[in-house]
Amino acid sequence: MLMQQEMMYRGMPIGGPSAEEARQRKLDRRASRRAGLFAPELLKAALWQSVVMLRPDIQWKNPVMFVVEVGTVLTMIFTAAQLMGHASQVSLGYLIALDVWLLLTVLFANFATALAEARGKAQADSLRKTRRETPAFRLVGHDQTEEVASTDLKTGDTVVVETGQVIPGDGEIIEGVASVDESAITGESAPVVREAGGDRSGVTGGTRVLSDRIVVRITASAGQSFLDKMIKLVEGAIRQRTPNEIALSLVLSAFTLIFLIVTVALWPMARYAEVYMQDYTGATEPVRSLGTDIPTLVALLVCLIPTTIGALLAAIGIAGMDRALRANILAKSGKAVEVAGDVDTLLLDKTGTITVGNRRATQFLPMDGYTAHDLGQLAAMASFADLTPEGKSIVELYGRETGTSSTALEGLLPPGARFIEFTAQTRMSGVDSADGRQVRKGAADAVVAHVQQRNGQVPAGVQKQVDAVAGRGATPLLVCDCGRLAGLVVLEDVLKPGMRDRFERLRRMGLRTVMVTGDNPLTAKAIAEQAGVDDYIAQATPEAKLGYIRKEQASGKLVAMMGDGTNDAPALAQADVGVAMNSGTQAAKEAGNMVDLDSDPTKLIEVVEIGKQLLMTRGALTTFSITNDLAKYFAIIPALFAATLPWLKPLDIMHLHSATSAILSAVIFNAIIIPMLIPIALKGVQYRPVGADALLRRNLLIWGLGGVIVPFIGIKLIDMALVSLHLIA
Amino acid sequence: MWTLPLLVFVSTVVLAIPLGLYMSWIFDGRYRAPRWLHWVEEQIDVGPRNWKQYAVALLVFNVAAFLVGFAILALQPLLPLNPDNKGMLAPSMIFHTACSFLTNTNQQHYAGEVHLSYFSQLLFICWKMFITPSIGLAALVAIIRGLRGDSHMGNFYVDLWRGVVYLFLPLSVVVAVLLIAGGVPMTLEGNAAVATLEPGAMGMDGQGAAKPQEVARGPVAAIVAIKQLGTNGGGYFGANSAHPFENPSAWTNVLTCLCIILVPVAQLVMFGRMLGKLTQAVIIFGVMLVLSAATVVWGISYDSLQPNPALTVQASRDYAMVDPASPGGRRLLNVPDLVGLPVDQSLGNLEGKELRFGTSAGPTWAAFTTNTSNGSVNCMHDSLNPLAGLAPLVGMWLNCIWGGVGVGLINFLIYLVVGVFLAGLMVGRTPEYLGKKVEAREMKLAMLAFLIHPLMILGPTGLFTVTDWGVKTTNNPAAHGFSEILYEFSSASANNGSGFEGLADTVGFAADDKEEKVPQRAWDIACGIVLIISRFVPIIAPLAIAGSLAAKKRVPFTSGTLRTDTLTFGFVLLGTILLLGALTFLPAAVLGPIAEHLGPLPFGN
Repeated sequence: MLMQQEMMYRGMPIGGPSAEEARQRKLDRRASRRAGLFAPELLKAALWQSVVMLRPDIQWKNPVMFVVEVGTVLTMIFTAAQLMGHASQVSLGYLIALDVWLLLTVLFANFATALAEARGKAQADSLRKTRRETPAFRLVGHDQTEEVASTDLKTGDTVVVETGQVIPGDGEIIEGVASVDESAITGESAPVVREAGGDRSGVTGGTRVLSDRIVVRITASAGQSFLDKMIKLVEGAIRQRTPNEIALSLVLSAFTLIFLIVTVALWPMARYAEVYMQDYTGATEPVRSLGTDIPTLVALLVCLIPTTIGALLAAIGIAGMDRALRANILAKSGKAVEVAGDVDTLLLDKTGTITVGNRRATQFLPMDGYTAHDLGQLAAMASFADLTPEGKSIVELYGRETGTSSTALEGLLPPGARFIEFTAQTRMSGVDSADGRQVRKGAADAVVAHVQQRNGQVPAGVQKQVDAVAGRGATPLLVCDCGRLAGLVVLEDVLKPGMRDRFERLRRMGLRTVMVTGDNPLTAKAIAEQAGVDDYIAQATPEAKLGYIRKEQASGKLVAMMGDGTNDAPALAQADVGVAMNSGTQAAKEAGNMVDLDSDPTKLIEVVEIGKQLLMTRGALTTFSITNDLAKYFAIIPALFAATLPWLKPLDIMHLHSATSAILSAVIFNAIIIPMLIPIALKGVQYRPVGADALLRRNLLIWGLGGVIVPFIGIKLIDMALVSLHLIA
Repeated sequence: MWTLPLLVFVSTVVLAIPLGLYMSWIFDGRYRAPRWLHWVEEQIDVGPRNWKQYAVALLVFNVAAFLVGFAILALQPLLPLNPDNKGMLAPSMIFHTACSFLTNTNQQHYAGEVHLSYFSQLLFICWKMFITPSIGLAALVAIIRGLRGDSHMGNFYVDLWRGVVYLFLPLSVVVAVLLIAGGVPMTLEGNAAVATLEPGAMGMDGQGAAKPQEVARGPVAAIVAIKQLGTNGGGYFGANSAHPFENPSAWTNVLTCLCIILVPVAQLVMFGRMLGKLTQAVIIFGVMLVLSAATVVWGISYDSLQPNPALTVQASRDYAMVDPASPGGRRLLNVPDLVGLPVDQSLGNLEGKELRFGTSAGPTWAAFTTNTSNGSVNCMHDSLNPLAGLAPLVGMWLNCIWGGVGVGLINFLIYLVVGVFLAGLMVGRTPEYLGKKVEAREMKLAMLAFLIHPLMILGPTGLFTVTDWGVKTTNNPAAHGFSEILYEFSSASANNGSGFEGLADTVGFAADDKEEKVPQRAWDIACGIVLIISRFVPIIAPLAIAGSLAAKKRVPFTSGTLRTDTLTFGFVLLGTILLLGALTFLPAAVLGPIAEHLGPLPFGN
């Protein structure tokens, strides 16, 4: 019933500026998605923030970059010492160049994080626009209202919202029905119906009531609403590191420690070479090389430690949340998004997800002398006034089969016809013409009773035919014409186009799909087979869903589900990823760990892909970061010992200009690769549902092999540029 | 040339399959022991243990074994079976030797025939040689139980018993008998006195009579068998398997060479069998085989197929050196030409080789003995061509190509966990191995185990290259001297025990422990500490990982799961090992063998 009402409202044209505004907002949002990652206003905010983040107490949270910062300070001290006249084997220009590029490395890293945060903020700001202060009418006593600011509302307050007003906060309708324009948060211009007592009682602050009057109990005080929490999350204000991020940080810290050992041990080893070369050349003092020059060793350390991923790790996490938000999903934590990538089983509601919302007429089965054409005409007549999707689909089917246009269909109606509306009591609808002709269509038993009441004949085979239709998962409607049965209209669930492919895609991703439906097992099985899902839960009660989830989890699987009703709440809470629809009840939203603003049941698939992308991006950039080191070694090691052990020249396979240019080139490459990879970090590495092995091969080739090759080219190019610009002696 | 390594590889694989199956049968307790053995087993079986209890039992036993070992060595002059009256050993050497044999390393700063009595050889050396590989194997078996999700890790003492009594004892008896047949002595009599052909070749005694030659001998076959089988490597004689009494002929050379990698290969079969996932073991085997073959081929190519550069003609070369004092800031460094010596070099570098084994026997053995943590030698590693010397170094740096009994595969699993973590992320899932999620705790432990090795090699090497401890004890200058220091710590940290040699690291008897022996004492103590840390951290941490994985729920396998038994993952493993190895040790390799190879040879004015 609710669905029918909603569809009716949706069908209604909505005039006025609000629709226009909504469309505009939606377009804006799309544009912002397309707009470059480096929009000027974002850049400005991020640039300043990246300087602020140099503060050691902030930088400390990123151990890899903290090491770079400490190293930078160390080289600066050496530079200062040289400025004050301390002799050194390296030129002042080289030292200053090192200082600048090391500092830039830290700044680039901070910039990546700041930019991701700024993008999140921008996204949050567009959401926050809906949070502007609005007047609220708080109920005091029984019928009195007082006007207060929305920001003064507290949990438990009840407010009255009337046509045209903005709902002041998240809450639940306790009285009334209203159509609500939620375009402010979903971007969808079609209004939706919200009413007290059902599964669609939840309303979100900032949305506008288009018709009627409702009483809302506020469930989140100002600043504590769902949206507020989400805004804080994307802004990074309460960014908690996810388990996988913690594990990866540990690995990166360990690599940093290993390279610290390598670099520190290199000083005495280089010293040893300098001393024996003193003997060999007969010099008066050790033959110095960059191998014992501390700023150069700092440069080596910075090049070796995984700065690329260290710089982008936070940004990747924030961008994951941001991508979820762009898909109109509010995640309660970064962990929820990450877990989504691991999901093994998806619980999908049949209606609206696998099938188009409602049953549709697919066939006319005439009986007792009627032709299919006659039956269709009768059924269409009986359905003209029926605005339910089922009714409309009958008219459409007739029009399609006879090739009649909708205006021509109007002509079929006898003049002076009176429509009989569907009611829960009669379970029939139809039309009475002025000449007393009665056409009815409706549930099989109701129509049979109607015929018998008018002393009509019910042919013996009817029941059998009705059962046969029901048995294959379809719904039979009987049509009678003046007390005489004319035939059956078959209503069937219509699969959404492309669902089979989608499930196939999911299967390749390694996910099992389970269809949840209230249908009887026979119908459920038939539809499950058609749709190509892996399993189904028929006659699903909330307990059955919960039980299924528990069973899956007991065998080690992670389960994702979507739900809207209060009775979904336990299952949503039990599921590892529980996505509540924004249209759903507050209880459902509280229980889940994500809310889908679009209330789109296929969103689960997107959630899983976002989760996988998040993990993949981390893995790919870590691999890239570590494989890069090989080329840096080939640039730096020959340079380190060039002055002491001239015979190591053959190791300089890139033929770099000089020792200092080699080291600077490596440091510069190491720094600029960070901003160059920011787009990848923010957009994520593309996920393809091709199975783990193929995906691994692909990513290994791109990020593993690519990571080995790219820096050889990059460092050589930078070296050539430095020479051609005469920046290096 | 290539027959020897091929023969060893093929026969090892053929023998390792049944042996590995036997080992899994033993350690899964599916045998029925004779009554008296069963009685002993019942006495020591204190029930199944979790990983912490298992680790504690392992540590307690090792502490006890250390103390007993230390006591035996320290009391050597008072103990029986000492026909040649070996005296009191220097304290630092006792400490080093006790550590070395406790950790299955058998790094020797002493020479067996000079410093040890038969009692010490049999009750200290031989005993340790049996228990230490069994301890490593016990740890591996416990880890396998954790990986396959058993409710407990087994019992350390029972596993130790099974390793010693059912595996190494019977295996050693067979090998020892074959060795005796091949001419290896087995006696408790003192040194043989032989009249030299040339009278007076050994000097004259006080009465003016010619001194006889003292030929050291003893219970050699027993020790050589377990030395090879248990990746021990500590020779009965200082010359190790180059000594004609340890390794008399080409036939015993093939046999003992095969024994080096036999159990380390067989443990892969055991791993696959015990997990019930043979393909997992096959992929690991494949990766190890590639790496092992690469080190053998590398060694032979740069040693048996290349002349000794020090004997070869070299043209004069000039190098530009930075020199602010010279005009233009540069001056030329001339490396003068070298006249070739009239030596036939068609058989490659023959310096330090035992030709009775064939030309490629040296580098082949060098590769195998460092692939595993065996450490016995049949040629002078110091005399390998510089680049050929890189092969044993690489083996010890990676320390996971076959590896030591038990611990080799454990080390490999650490690389595997790192590989799984990176590859797992790249397929878009929280990484998992054998259906268990690899998370922060596992990674913390894995990285701890991983970074001990570079820390224990590079740290002390750095320290010794700038102090008299290192500088004063190398017998060669320049890069080669650096390699000697680097090799010694690599050998210690890999628990390998082979020596590059050319390092004066022997203190000797307590009577010789004089003021000038400080650097030698430093070697003893530094190596001793490295040995202990590098042995136990990489055993305990993986035990903890296995314990934590065992407690996790098994995640079902889907097409989105990273498979660890595919060729692709084999490449991931190979890449991870080579890359991490290169990134950690490339600078040291450049300053050692590579600098020596590219620089003037022989070095010096």
